[in-house]
Amino acid sequence: EVFLPEETRGAAPVDFLQQLPSYQSALRRRATAAGGTQERRAAPQGPAGRRASEGRGLEQEEGQVAARPAREYPLSIAEKRRLRDYQQADTKYLSGWKQWKRTSSKSLKKALSEVKELSSYLELWRHDIHSIEGKFGTGIQSYFSFLRFLVLLNFIIFILMFSFVTLPSIVAKHGMFNSSFAKILPKNVEPHCTVYEPSGTKGLTYFYTYLKDLLSGTGFLEVTSLFYGYYTIDAAWISIMRYNLPLAYLLATFAYLALSLIWIIKRSVGGFKQNLVHNEDAFQSYCNKVFAGWDFCITDPNAARLKHRSLQYELQTDLEEERLKRKIADRTTKEKLRIYSLRIFINIIVLAVLSGCFYSIYRATVFSQENSSVSIRHDGRRDSTNLLVQYLPSIVITMANFLAPQIFSFLTRFEDYSPAFEIRLTLLRCVFVRLANIGVLLVSLWSQISYCDTDKCKACGYNYELYPCWESEVGQEMYKLMIFDFIIILAVILFVDFPRKLLVTHCSCKPVQWCGLQEFGISDNVLEIIYGQTICWIGTFFSPLLPAIATVKYFIIFYIKKISLIHTRKPAARPIRASSSNFFFLVVLLIGLIVAFIPLGVSIAHIPSSKACGPFRSFNTTWAVVPDTIREFPKGLQQVLYGIASEAFAVPFFMVICLVMVYFIALAGAHKRVVEQLREQLV
Amino acid sequence: TGEAEAARVAMGGSASLLPREALGEYQELTFLTKQEILLAYKRFSELLPKEERENACSARVPKSQILTLPELRANPFQQRICRVFSTSPDGDDSMSFEDFLDMLSVFSDSATSEIKSHYAFRIFDFDDDGTLDRKDLEKLVDCLTGQGEESRLSNAEMEQLIQNILEESDIDKDGTINLSEFQHVVSRSPDFARYNVPQL
Repeated sequence: EVFLPEETRGAAPVDFLQQLPSYQSALRRRATAAGGTQERRAAPQGPAGRRASEGRGLEQEEGQVAARPAREYPLSIAEKRRLRDYQQADTKYLSGWKQWKRTSSKSLKKALSEVKELSSYLELWRHDIHSIEGKFGTGIQSYFSFLRFLVLLNFIIFILMFSFVTLPSIVAKHGMFNSSFAKILPKNVEPHCTVYEPSGTKGLTYFYTYLKDLLSGTGFLEVTSLFYGYYTIDAAWISIMRYNLPLAYLLATFAYLALSLIWIIKRSVGGFKQNLVHNEDAFQSYCNKVFAGWDFCITDPNAARLKHRSLQYELQTDLEEERLKRKIADRTTKEKLRIYSLRIFINIIVLAVLSGCFYSIYRATVFSQENSSVSIRHDGRRDSTNLLVQYLPSIVITMANFLAPQIFSFLTRFEDYSPAFEIRLTLLRCVFVRLANIGVLLVSLWSQISYCDTDKCKACGYNYELYPCWESEVGQEMYKLMIFDFIIILAVILFVDFPRKLLVTHCSCKPVQWCGLQEFGISDNVLEIIYGQTICWIGTFFSPLLPAIATVKYFIIFYIKKISLIHTRKPAARPIRASSSNFFFLVVLLIGLIVAFIPLGVSIAHIPSSKACGPFRSFNTTWAVVPDTIREFPKGLQQVLYGIASEAFAVPFFMVICLVMVYFIALAGAHKRVVEQLREQLV
Repeated sequence: TGEAEAARVAMGGSASLLPREALGEYQELTFLTKQEILLAYKRFSELLPKEERENACSARVPKSQILTLPELRANPFQQRICRVFSTSPDGDDSMSFEDFLDMLSVFSDSATSEIKSHYAFRIFDFDDDGTLDRKDLEKLVDCLTGQGEESRLSNAEMEQLIQNILEESDIDKDGTINLSEFQHVVSRSPDFARYNVPQL
């Protein structure tokens, strides 16, 4: 918490004036004149004496300022004891009511602090994260706190989907508590659209097939509650109440998206306030680095040495950047032209690299879909659809996510930006690559699903032959991406980091030692888990139990990354400030969430839901269940809802929101101006 | 280290406990929780030789012992921290248990930003004259970048850096930073909130 607590805000201006040198010397004169000899440390020599005189000065102001608890004064404990006794002596002269109020507020504060102490024990991984903070500093600790946040978020999303979607379906399907369900064939739909026969486990299978099904979500896994196809329930009754499963499914989806959005925004508000008021980057950055630069959490001498080095590097880089800025301002027009044309050229190369990635993902997806669907659908069970073809899109995406950042950081060297801007630009480009790759995968998948050349196909709205239950297909792709991501993280740590560490410790030849251990790249790791989280958000609609897999995955990743960090990594030489990094992680996570909104929005509102499986069989699109439900509401409520959704309401509402936003922006600007004016007045 | 500590306690005989009224009073006068105060008491008595452990509350620990604590061992401001928090009348920077608690309280998570900035100012004021002048700032930057010749900034860089710092924080343009200017600039510093030591 950077901002002062509320109680002291009223007192702050008075305290500020009390610290002015002129006031201090007046106090000292008063103190030495009054009864300085009574104090052990009478004259204000040294810090102890100053503390005593300040204490007395503050006590004298007691009557004018609201009394603060003794512990908020910067005094030694002996002084604070005296101050507290003085304060309590005061209370004898207060009326009974004020006395009661004071004692009750004191006991309330005590009770609250006890509760806070107890609740801190419930925090997950409290001790682990503290020890990481002590050894590696707050930058790396922020990564692990972020991981903990994602574990909790995924767990809550899983609880939400499970209790509103999976549990009622399981209860209805197994007839517990006198429940039942009904499968109503949709009317006005061609019968060929409704044929869906997933090949579940039929008798004994080879272990290899079982493993393949587990890894690619086909076979026996396809008919479980993991995927959308299980929820083919058009009406369900739990005991005697009717449970509207389609509506519950859709609303649970909206609920988990809204929950994620609100939680992320709540967490990022603190950092946002800082960035809004101090949007000039260079302002006060030197003071921040020097006065708040040392990480007091470091206990390890090695880490301390690294911190010294990184502070030195950071200060020197900043000073160099300032000199560079002055140099840039002095650039001639010819130089500017050369630099700008070079930058445009490099951006064209970046675009070319991106298009290359996207095209290869598109081709890989198309190839994988063509070669896997055909053999399963038409020729029964064929083991020739090997795992490699199934996982081809995931492999290509992972390779693109690995290669593109290397290319970008190589190219950006030629662009001649200041170092800070260079880092930001590369990060932005990497974020864009990772999130756009998922988008391209989904777009190519949809182009396959909605590819229609026959009339029969057009009647269904999607390719009913190859994808009778297309939502399960998309769910399977997301499931494969998630599993592959997890496997890659494990494989890199087991087969790259640990052997490297063994090599460095036991082989003392020059090139190996020069390579050394790898740094713990905070941004790379964060982008990795944000990519995984975006997949989870998109995939949960098509595969309601995916958040559970994500929770387990991040839980295991925490311990693996911690072990890898302690044994095989050295901390990064280039520091990332903890304060701005927290805000940066949350902003990128928010971008991932908004990117997840787009495919979900399109599939819910635009693409016709499959008629062969799922709870939305009897509706044109998934969204259609909402207007249908509204039609069953009483007339008055219907009018109100139609009114809200109509243009006559939406346009004025939007204009009012814009006005409110403009007002707040103007207010922030006015405050900044007042701050400047006050500053000038002080000089 | 949990087992090592338990063994040490067992070997040292009955570990003297903090009296209850004292515990309550310390809770009131510092920002530490009950657990933290008890742990601090244990850590403090371990720094004392065995004979003095019974009166840990009134004993004084010499500076050399305090500097063996892991939280201070790696800290470049260790000397200043001992000087600022010590209430020793002899000026030898030895710390009593109450000084130790004061130090932990200021560096705990729940201490107010005002207290932290007040003490940070005192720690950075190397010559104890109540303001941060150029020499103080130079010593501060040297502490940050580490001991050793190759880790110091060059004279030109130091000059540029101090110029920038004074430009940002010196409001009355007198070439020094006093307490109010320091608190003002630090209150808007996003990283200052992390002025904590890890839990014991």
